[in-house]
Amino acid sequence: MSNHTTVEHHEVDYGQAWQGGDKPLKAGYGKLMMWYFLLSDAFTFSGFLIAYAALRFSSATWPEADFVFSTFPGGFEHKPLIFVTLMTFVLILSSVTMVRAVQEGKRENQKGVVLWMGLTILGGLTFLGCQAWEWTNLIKNEGTTIYTNPFGKYDTDGVYINADGTEGESFKAGSGYLVHRHHGEWAPKKYKVTSGPEAGTIKSQVFGPREFGALFFIITGFHGFHVFSGVLFLLIIMLNVISGIYKKRKNGYEMVEKIGLYWHFVDLVWVFVFLVFYLL
Amino acid sequence: MAHLTYEESKKVVVKGLIFLGIITILEVSIALLAKGHIIEGFHLNRTFYSILMAVFSLIKALYILGEFMHLKYESKALRVGLTIPFILIVWGAIAFMHDGRSFEQRRERTVDQHFPEKPPVELKVKG
Repeated sequence: MSNHTTVEHHEVDYGQAWQGGDKPLKAGYGKLMMWYFLLSDAFTFSGFLIAYAALRFSSATWPEADFVFSTFPGGFEHKPLIFVTLMTFVLILSSVTMVRAVQEGKRENQKGVVLWMGLTILGGLTFLGCQAWEWTNLIKNEGTTIYTNPFGKYDTDGVYINADGTEGESFKAGSGYLVHRHHGEWAPKKYKVTSGPEAGTIKSQVFGPREFGALFFIITGFHGFHVFSGVLFLLIIMLNVISGIYKKRKNGYEMVEKIGLYWHFVDLVWVFVFLVFYLL
Repeated sequence: MAHLTYEESKKVVVKGLIFLGIITILEVSIALLAKGHIIEGFHLNRTFYSILMAVFSLIKALYILGEFMHLKYESKALRVGLTIPFILIVWGAIAFMHDGRSFEQRRERTVDQHFPEKPPVELKVKG
């Protein structure tokens, strides 16, 4: 503004106080901000997962993960947890390729960074593809939505009653079931209770707790959205690497390191999503 | 990875992959065992199983945080600053799980009071 900026020099002893310039946390500004963003994001995810825990504890019954997630692409059934294990491996692999990209960046090896970032993007896309299949299967084939959850769990032993009134297969308490649809209409099966105080009564399958569907789609969806935006950022940064922007900065490709932190965080969150939705 | 040579740090990556892979396989195998898919009729104690799985997940998470995200090698102030807030999460997890249990009991009691002749059969027994 004015050409004559007068700076008043008060006699203040700053002593050991930080006056800028150096890096007290030994990390650049951008990297620090990425860490703080991830910290806040971790709180968001924790909030979701803790809400899941509270709602699950508050429900008298909850679908069993090994029953709900037991299909595999290609029409395979009764393959509990195999598909999500595959998804977990895809994400771990893409995390590993990301570490390699950061390492190549530290050596200022442009081609190496592009190669390993490309593989990471491929891993991210594969994961998203797997998740798309999983959601499609749950929504279209099995009928789970954020409002409806056809997955339940029997609280007594029982035996199915066929349409002609004869008794069919029997099942044990604690086994899961899926309420099927017949020509677009829900068609819950009838069964006779064979254990407990209500033995002998005829009952009909009921829907499982509807919170299950809502929590599943919101939490895995929020995580999937992180993967999706991660892939976009990886793509943008990879294009920047190709253009040579970071080479000129000569800071060991710090931008690649920052997006690397984000990508590992997505993997880290998946560890806990995997724990609460599929393992417990 | 300033503390390591390039060749050494490449080895760390392979080690990390194997480590995380083995723990994941272990987790899934124990999950299948605990839920009776491997040995017919065999089930692990639910509480023991849950704690075991949580410990495995924590080990995985700390490994990713420490080695992949490199936090182990950052300055102490950054490490401490990023870890301390998680005390709140530990409190939150314990408190809200406790709350969840209490919701369940209250729900049962309310249903008992208002529908004494018709027990809510679909809301019973937690296994």
